[in-house]
Amino acid sequence: MRANCWHGKQDVRVEQVPDPKILNKRDAIVKITSTAICGSDLHLYNAFIPTMKAGDVLGHEFMGEIVEVGPEVHDRKVGDRVVVSFPISCGKCFFCEQELFSLCENTNPNAWMAEKMFGHSPCGIYGYSHLTGGYAGGQAEYARVPFADVGTLKVPEELDDEQVLFLSDIFPTGYMGAEMCNIKPGDTVAVWGCGPVGQFAMASAYLLGAERVIGIDRFPERLKMAREGAKADTINYEQANVYETLMEMTGGRGPDGCIDAVGLEAHGTGAHGFEYMYDRAKQALMMETDRPIALREAIMACRNGGTVSVIGVYGGFIDKFPMGSFMNRSLTMKTGQCHVQSYWKKLLGHIQAGEIDPSFVITHRMKLDDAAHGFDIFCNKEDDCIKVVLKP
Amino acid sequence: MVIGTKRQQEATGQQAEASGQSQQASPELVIKDGLTGPEAPVNGREFGSGVRQSLVKKYVNEEQLARGLGWFSIGLGLAELLAPRGVAKVAGMRGNTALIRLFGLREIASGIAIFAGGRRPAGPVWSRVVGDALDLACLGAAYATPENDKARLTFATANVLAVTALDVLCAQQLSADDDGANGERGRVPVNKSIIINAAPEEVYSYWRDFENLPRFMRYLESVTVTGEGRSHWVAKAPGGSVEWDAEMTEDVPNQRISWRSLEGSEVETSGTVRFEPAVGGRGTVLHVTLDFNPPGGAVGALFAKLWGEDPDGEMQTDLRRFKQIVELGEIVVSDGTLTGEGYTEQRPAQPLGVGYGAAAGQLQK
Repeated sequence: MRANCWHGKQDVRVEQVPDPKILNKRDAIVKITSTAICGSDLHLYNAFIPTMKAGDVLGHEFMGEIVEVGPEVHDRKVGDRVVVSFPISCGKCFFCEQELFSLCENTNPNAWMAEKMFGHSPCGIYGYSHLTGGYAGGQAEYARVPFADVGTLKVPEELDDEQVLFLSDIFPTGYMGAEMCNIKPGDTVAVWGCGPVGQFAMASAYLLGAERVIGIDRFPERLKMAREGAKADTINYEQANVYETLMEMTGGRGPDGCIDAVGLEAHGTGAHGFEYMYDRAKQALMMETDRPIALREAIMACRNGGTVSVIGVYGGFIDKFPMGSFMNRSLTMKTGQCHVQSYWKKLLGHIQAGEIDPSFVITHRMKLDDAAHGFDIFCNKEDDCIKVVLKP
Repeated sequence: MVIGTKRQQEATGQQAEASGQSQQASPELVIKDGLTGPEAPVNGREFGSGVRQSLVKKYVNEEQLARGLGWFSIGLGLAELLAPRGVAKVAGMRGNTALIRLFGLREIASGIAIFAGGRRPAGPVWSRVVGDALDLACLGAAYATPENDKARLTFATANVLAVTALDVLCAQQLSADDDGANGERGRVPVNKSIIINAAPEEVYSYWRDFENLPRFMRYLESVTVTGEGRSHWVAKAPGGSVEWDAEMTEDVPNQRISWRSLEGSEVETSGTVRFEPAVGGRGTVLHVTLDFNPPGGAVGALFAKLWGEDPDGEMQTDLRRFKQIVELGEIVVSDGTLTGEGYTEQRPAQPLGVGYGAAAGQLQK
């Protein structure tokens, strides 16, 4: 089959690789009909996540049709049309029983690697370095899906791929980011980063009852999508001081919930310029792995007693964490890789009810064979690229 | 305010009653933590204090060190006995050769005692510590004599102090284990635990069948039960295998299993696994202590390679696989780990083109 393989920094190639086979009894093989490039794939593309190996098949947002099941798959059968969750979860361990699926104890065969870096290991993830298991990803014609009963969601025929594909990751991730803000009626929520996850965080904040949602970015097309697609107010951080603008908008109190949908490769200009150069330099010197510019600003802007919700991906260590601000103002921080399987049924309900159509984030559709071009324009924000969907 | 588990409360209450005090503790202030089962221990114990000692053990084999010190004793003793003037000169003293010869005899006696003192000669090594004290006293006294070479004296004193430190460390290690604090052999190379989402009965019964162990212990090829409490173990080695027979020394259902290799085996090994109900009814905490004394020579080298440079890490990975078997019925594999060559070697995360049977076969190894 053909699959998109990582070969090094900003080097991905669609190549011929062996077809996947059933390896564990609860596996299914899915023939992929739609797959996407995730913003977090760019961290791999830019080689910020360690333990990648040349030849690794990328991709953790995919869906398709089940074409083969292992002997212990009971709730899915050949022919089912399913979305696959990016966390690989066993369904039986302590964390899966609590629906904390991305913390599954059993699905990362390389847990020892993650333990060395993180102290403990998260779950296995498709196509996302060997630190999270070394599983072949879904930017391919077929994928092996372990624990298919837990890791797939059957989707109704009347919804097309583009409406349900993002249940695999970015819609639940954005939703969880908003949910972690513990939104109360009347709340204001600010979202750093108007990429696809940020768009879903903004839309979800409204679904959860927020009164006002504010999106922060620098790309006009993303801010436009935030205003028109997610119905958020926006701040362009290249043209305005984010902190002062937020204080102006909230009478000096600050947003009740602040969501970091940016992560470890934050940028900054103007007021952020020096900070960006500082973090970029430390990153280059290997003195800091992640650039937490958005996170610092979210903490400083958040209202007293408010919540900072982190769904942007971080990989290692950050510098100049404003702990004094965080502690003295009774802030709460909530974080996590999304526990997709505990959200996707509810979110499918929102889609079926017509309350949201997740396809609004798609700007580019192309063939799997053009994956390298997709990565390039997505990474460099060319051609107003926000979300790329690939068709094998 | 009274803080503690219900069980601890009860224990305190009983104590109070036993000593005739009235029971004032108000039960509604008990902070429940779920640790209420009949087998749950009282809280308030200290953990981890043995870590420092076992870290020393990890890097110092006191039995080998004792032998080294024995040879050192005999060598220095002979030098003092046969060439007392030379020794005195090196130490910067115009010496009393008779006294130095006497010290030489003392050194030789300590050395012989170390070799005659069995595998763990704690007493003779302590006798070296006493000798070191005498040496240091003499060196100290020698500073008072103006014609002695102070620089050489200082050099000699520094050397004696260094040897004294080794003697004390070695003697302490040997003595600690004489107390039986760490089992019969006194070495604790591997000591790991893992929490499993299943009852102790279930976890125990899987482990109790030793023939299951090779399914998750990477270095084992097979274990065959050969009789009542007896088993035959085969471990993988590059280009061959190592075999030994073992006997079960303890079997407390749902709580503890211990085993050790039979007398005269090529491999000296023992192990204990404990099954502890996890706090709060959250399954079972399994503790494994494995003790290996690899044989010498080529077989030993093979074993060292098998067992790796990080036996704790190897054991942690083995236990994680055991947990998967108990919780899921099989070991979870990914594309990148499917080499059968162990976990540190990763291949690209691409499908391997083999199916369930082949993968399962690889996993058995």
